[in-house]
Amino acid sequence: MKTLRWILALFATLPALAHAALDVFACEPEWGALAAELGGNAVKVYTATTAFQDPHRIEARPSLIAQMRRAQLVVCTGAELEVGWLPVLLRQSGNAAVQPGQPGYFEAANFVTLLEKPAVLDRSQGDVHPAGNPHIQTDPRNIARVAQALAARLAEIDPAQAATYAARLQDFDSRWRAALARWQAAAAPLRGMPIVVQHLAFPYLENWLGLKRVGVLEPKPGVEPSVSHLADLAARLKTTPAKAIVRAAYQNPRPTAWLAAQTGIPAVVLPFTVGGSERARDLFGLFDDTVEALLRVAR
Amino acid sequence: MLRPALVAAALAAACPAHAGADLDALRAEIQQMKADYEARIQALEERLKRAETATDAATRNADVIAAAPTANAATAFNPEISLILDGRYARQADIAARRITGFLPDGSGAGTTRGFLADDSELVFAANIDPYFRGYFNAVLNDGVVGVEEAWFQTLALGSGLTLKGGRFRSGIGYQNEQHPHAWDFATNNLMYEALFGEGYGNDGLQLKWVAPTERFTELGAEIGRGAGFPGTDRNRNGIGSYALYGHVGDDVGDSHSWRAGLSYLRTRANDRAGVLGDFAGNDVNTAFSGKTGTWLADFVWKWAPLGNPTVNNFKFAAEVFRRRETGDLLCDGAGSLCAGGVTDAYRATQYGGYAQAVYQFMPRWRTGYRYERLGTQSLDFGANDANLPRPDFHPTRHALMVDYSPSEFSRLRLQYSRDRAMAEQDDNQWVVQYIFSLGSHGAHAF
Repeated sequence: MKTLRWILALFATLPALAHAALDVFACEPEWGALAAELGGNAVKVYTATTAFQDPHRIEARPSLIAQMRRAQLVVCTGAELEVGWLPVLLRQSGNAAVQPGQPGYFEAANFVTLLEKPAVLDRSQGDVHPAGNPHIQTDPRNIARVAQALAARLAEIDPAQAATYAARLQDFDSRWRAALARWQAAAAPLRGMPIVVQHLAFPYLENWLGLKRVGVLEPKPGVEPSVSHLADLAARLKTTPAKAIVRAAYQNPRPTAWLAAQTGIPAVVLPFTVGGSERARDLFGLFDDTVEALLRVAR
Repeated sequence: MLRPALVAAALAAACPAHAGADLDALRAEIQQMKADYEARIQALEERLKRAETATDAATRNADVIAAAPTANAATAFNPEISLILDGRYARQADIAARRITGFLPDGSGAGTTRGFLADDSELVFAANIDPYFRGYFNAVLNDGVVGVEEAWFQTLALGSGLTLKGGRFRSGIGYQNEQHPHAWDFATNNLMYEALFGEGYGNDGLQLKWVAPTERFTELGAEIGRGAGFPGTDRNRNGIGSYALYGHVGDDVGDSHSWRAGLSYLRTRANDRAGVLGDFAGNDVNTAFSGKTGTWLADFVWKWAPLGNPTVNNFKFAAEVFRRRETGDLLCDGAGSLCAGGVTDAYRATQYGGYAQAVYQFMPRWRTGYRYERLGTQSLDFGANDANLPRPDFHPTRHALMVDYSPSEFSRLRLQYSRDRAMAEQDDNQWVVQYIFSLGSHGAHAF
């Protein structure tokens, strides 16, 4: 009886909820930050993961199902990055508005050109993504593209606030463009810099800044670095030296630390997404910090 | 681009100094070539610049770059197909019929095979049928036997937190019940589920689940169905054979901890549910139970991963307890036994039990775990058959210890040792080496 009264009370408050901020469920911090930039007070953003979690490997936790149930818009990377957990959340949430194909389901990867699309799909190649590399947020030009599409989607779902989203997009876009010019000017010395990466997490960053990837710590994507593979890599780096061993904030620090000790090449931790470092508090901080961290070892 | 100039320069260097006039001509030619190439390079660079600005403008103007379809053949709409290979080497005592002392058996006789064994292979098909439904099919294949474990549809577009499932499905009661054997953390089932359901409770029927729109995860579920699975039996009726009700709540505590707890009730009826027991004289007797079974289950799961990242280290604790009450009639029969000729009388039993397990990933790929399982009987009354059938004062228990190694999320190798005291008359030390391989597209596992 008590439950029934509680349920009735919930239904009674539904019209009141309709005027509240748009509930956005962001799979990764970068999209949560972008939704907050574009939505301001018109949106209430829940970010499902942090910069210290591997977005490939997230538990479909009860708390995430509860948030998915309340969401009016789900913003994820797509390209199968979240294939291990997002489908479970979507199915168990019982939320029809955010199912794939609905306006309430937004995949950022649909709005940029994906790199490293594998020619051969075979699990012997490790954790490959058929659509291409999903870590698109490491190139700020991709953020600008996704921002356009996301603002349009926000306006579609929440037409009452369409003017807000359009104005905020314009403001964000001009600030982003200025920042982009600043980063590109500052990062000019990085062009052609050879780096080693722990996981194939940075192809878009490499493409943007003209970094040259000369090695990968993971023998196959998603497979933990083995001792023998690291030893091979250390030997190879003696003849083709690199300037930095790069890993994302969420990744196991041990393989990079080991290789750095063996080769004397500095290890660089990049924030990878918003919240990945002290300075990466928002999207602007993310790239300020990324560019600076790389410049420190380039000198 | 400068190669012809270089060649010319090399030629010039190779020529002796006395060829003065030739040299001048050559120089003029080189100058000419250089100018030519420079002009062409400049033109190319300009074209490149123009193209770059054009694409930049194009990407800026384009609101939407449609993702190119990844496959265009008819196969693009094939369902997700996966096959689970499961096999083991088991070393244990030779016991023809394993029974849990004090409990009416489910008749599956699980875990009696010794030595090398290719276990059941699971074949799974799943796909979204249309925007409104999802379909799932899971068959278990073994020599001469194909069992349909699950075959259901599920709604996608009901909304309001509601999901309706229909067909044959694993019930949402408890925690482990929905998991197929390949997803278990141990090579063998626990005593609680063996005693309650054989493997797990499946049903042909309908399931309605509702997720509340609250901050904290709250889920309520109700199921009705045929109720043919143990502890019920097929009763050839139009009506509802069994029903289940359950609720789950769960949440995070900080970034590193998450939990889920639940309470479930399952009600089934049986008609002449066959089983084999031993009488006071040690003879096997056939029993048939007709009556109703009410089972309460409580479950709790707690997971830890540093900052929510389980890649390097993680920990999982799971515990479930049950209390089951069976009331009805029990027929005891068996030529040459104490109940020869058949004795039927009232049967009442209240039994309880549970398990608790902890699994720790101590380094990438490696996990170790321990599980304790225990059953008990609060009251057991065979009526007139009290004279024929023993009512042992015995707590079946089992300890299981395992280590597993997963080179990737699609493969797992496991070693397990169990100290089994499920039977009053026999202790057993069991060793299992197991492999589990997952081929094809393997969907995500639930919490």
